[in-house]
Amino acid sequence: MTSVLRVIADLMSNVGQSGLHFFARVGRSIQFLLTLFRALPSLLPRPDLIIKQLYSVGVMTIVIVLVSGAFVGLVLGLQGYNVLVRFNSESSLGTMVGLSLIRELGPVITALLFAGRAGSSLTAELGLMKATEQFSSMEMMAVDPFKRVIAPRFIAGIISMPLLAAIFSAVGILGGYFVGVGLLGVDAGAFWSQMQNSVDFYEDFMNGVWKSIAFGFTSTWIALYQGYDAVPTAEGVSRATTQGVVNASLVVLALNFIITALTLETN
Amino acid sequence: MSKRSIEIWVGVFVSAGIAALIMIAMQVSNLSSMSTGNTYQVKAVFENIGSLNVRSPIKASGVLVGRVSDISYDDQHYAATVTLSIKSHVKFPKDTSASIYTAGLLGEQYIGLTPGADEEYLAEGDTIMFADAAIILEKLVGQMMLNKLSD
Amino acid sequence: MSVTTDENSASLISVRQLSFRRGDKVIFDNVDMDFQRGKITVILGPSGTGKTTLLKLIGAQLDPDQGTIHVDGQDVHKLPQSELYELRKRMGMLFQTGALLTDLTVFENVAYPLREHTKLPERMIRYLVLMKLQAVGLRGAAGLMPSELSGGMARRVALARAIALDPMMIMYDEPFSGQDPLSMGVLVKLIKDLNDTLGLTSLIVTHDVREASSIADYLYLIADGQVIDQGTPENLAKSDTRWTRQFLDGLPDGPVSFHYPAPDYMQDLIGQ
Repeated sequence: MTSVLRVIADLMSNVGQSGLHFFARVGRSIQFLLTLFRALPSLLPRPDLIIKQLYSVGVMTIVIVLVSGAFVGLVLGLQGYNVLVRFNSESSLGTMVGLSLIRELGPVITALLFAGRAGSSLTAELGLMKATEQFSSMEMMAVDPFKRVIAPRFIAGIISMPLLAAIFSAVGILGGYFVGVGLLGVDAGAFWSQMQNSVDFYEDFMNGVWKSIAFGFTSTWIALYQGYDAVPTAEGVSRATTQGVVNASLVVLALNFIITALTLETN
Repeated sequence: MSKRSIEIWVGVFVSAGIAALIMIAMQVSNLSSMSTGNTYQVKAVFENIGSLNVRSPIKASGVLVGRVSDISYDDQHYAATVTLSIKSHVKFPKDTSASIYTAGLLGEQYIGLTPGADEEYLAEGDTIMFADAAIILEKLVGQMMLNKLSD
Repeated sequence: MSVTTDENSASLISVRQLSFRRGDKVIFDNVDMDFQRGKITVILGPSGTGKTTLLKLIGAQLDPDQGTIHVDGQDVHKLPQSELYELRKRMGMLFQTGALLTDLTVFENVAYPLREHTKLPERMIRYLVLMKLQAVGLRGAAGLMPSELSGGMARRVALARAIALDPMMIMYDEPFSGQDPLSMGVLVKLIKDLNDTLGLTSLIVTHDVREASSIADYLYLIADGQVIDQGTPENLAKSDTRWTRQFLDGLPDGPVSFHYPAPDYMQDLIGQ
């Protein structure tokens, strides 16, 4: 009897421990974000730092975004045509491709790719800098690593994400156009005009843009925090990198649901 | 990687991103067909607006001439007050009538304007005199059934 | 105890009643130390006694639980951030691994503090950087990346970076560990030369007794959070405290036990 009670007590204490651990981490990451915000104004006179990071965060992610965007668009074209042709409404292919890319697939898939490509390299880079005492040495050189290392990466992430998502959607739409109009014979005029009629600038386009900015914000934040908070050993850095990608992907998907539920007008 | 080529690549990236944004905004969404120029506002009072929305289209002879910019309920007259934003280069006579139509059987609702014959034109702040309420499908079906029964 | 805050006092750094705990582990317990201007002071102690922690406390990267540390008359833990950063510009620190910024060349690493804190023209920066690199004998390596350097070279580059802003003091964190005898000799000579020619105050934290005592003006021995012994190298060599002897002569057993604290051996083997 007592052994059963002990098992239950152990279980409870495990749950409690991981709960406390979780909240401590959330608290630290919010503290991290606040420190980061305070460091942002110091970037104004140093746009060169942001440009350097735009290269490693944005430019390095373009290829994977282009390729994925094209394939997603091609598949959307095929699948969409296949479904719509049954209802004799293959002229709505543009609507389907455009809406799904702009509202959902563009921001979400780009954010997942972003977390995998740019986020992981940010985490690994910061973790390595911590493990080799580079943050400490900057502090001792009277240089604030938040101002010189973390803030420019954060801003570069927020700028890159909406641009990457737009590139993804644009390439995807062209891919859908290629399959639908080029291969399957949907009328080009109908493709574009149907799309224009049903994609609203504010409700759909801006919604997608806001989403991608929000995703850029969160996934960059998580990636940077994981790197900054990593255990400064080789094992700690690799674990932080994996953890960063997993956390960022989950948070992006959850956030996507919340934003969609809040903004989708159901009238 | 030299500083200059980094700058060039970043430049390419940012302009490609902005170009994609503009392409989507102009080519894919309805931004280009939305009136961005000057408009004038007139009001119309409808007994029932059905499922008319802010930004619903306003058409005359099937041509887009403006959009609904505001909808409110007037508790003095127990009716809906709709504000119409009409492109300023399109003029309508004072006795123009407005009706709410549905595009297709189940499509979106829009306001159709039918010009009258007055010498004077509608101006900013005017109220359209003749406004037909939306045709409510349920009512119509009900009426038809009633007619059938009374036959 | 009164703390001398006179800028011209003989000691550049004075540590008073310092206590620091990490979790339940006591790292420092009521420690007093003084570091004289223009002298090389060496802090000796076994691994894991918090020698690096002491340097971080002096650099105000960590806050003590009790006690004060004055650097050049200023209480480092009471300074607002901006003044602390001003002070740090005059404090060089050499990290164990060098801690060079991995995405910058050797030249840019040494130029980094100059670019961050001065508005010198590019020609002047180049001139200064090459001068500092020449001082550590690595002017030829200016174009290399940190990953292309050996451990000893990385430390020398880091040293060039530490003296870039002409600081009043340099703290060395385990500068000799993991070095082959040759680069060890180079570093020892370099530290001594820099101290004498630039009029620096040097603080060396190490467990390499021989190298350290060859250049030290004054030695502190710390263990178990306490200063066990202190004095000039000659005095310490004559000291007959058991602990001092054990550490300086490298005896395997003594007051510092070879065994990590454990229950009785036989009892542990037999069980219960």
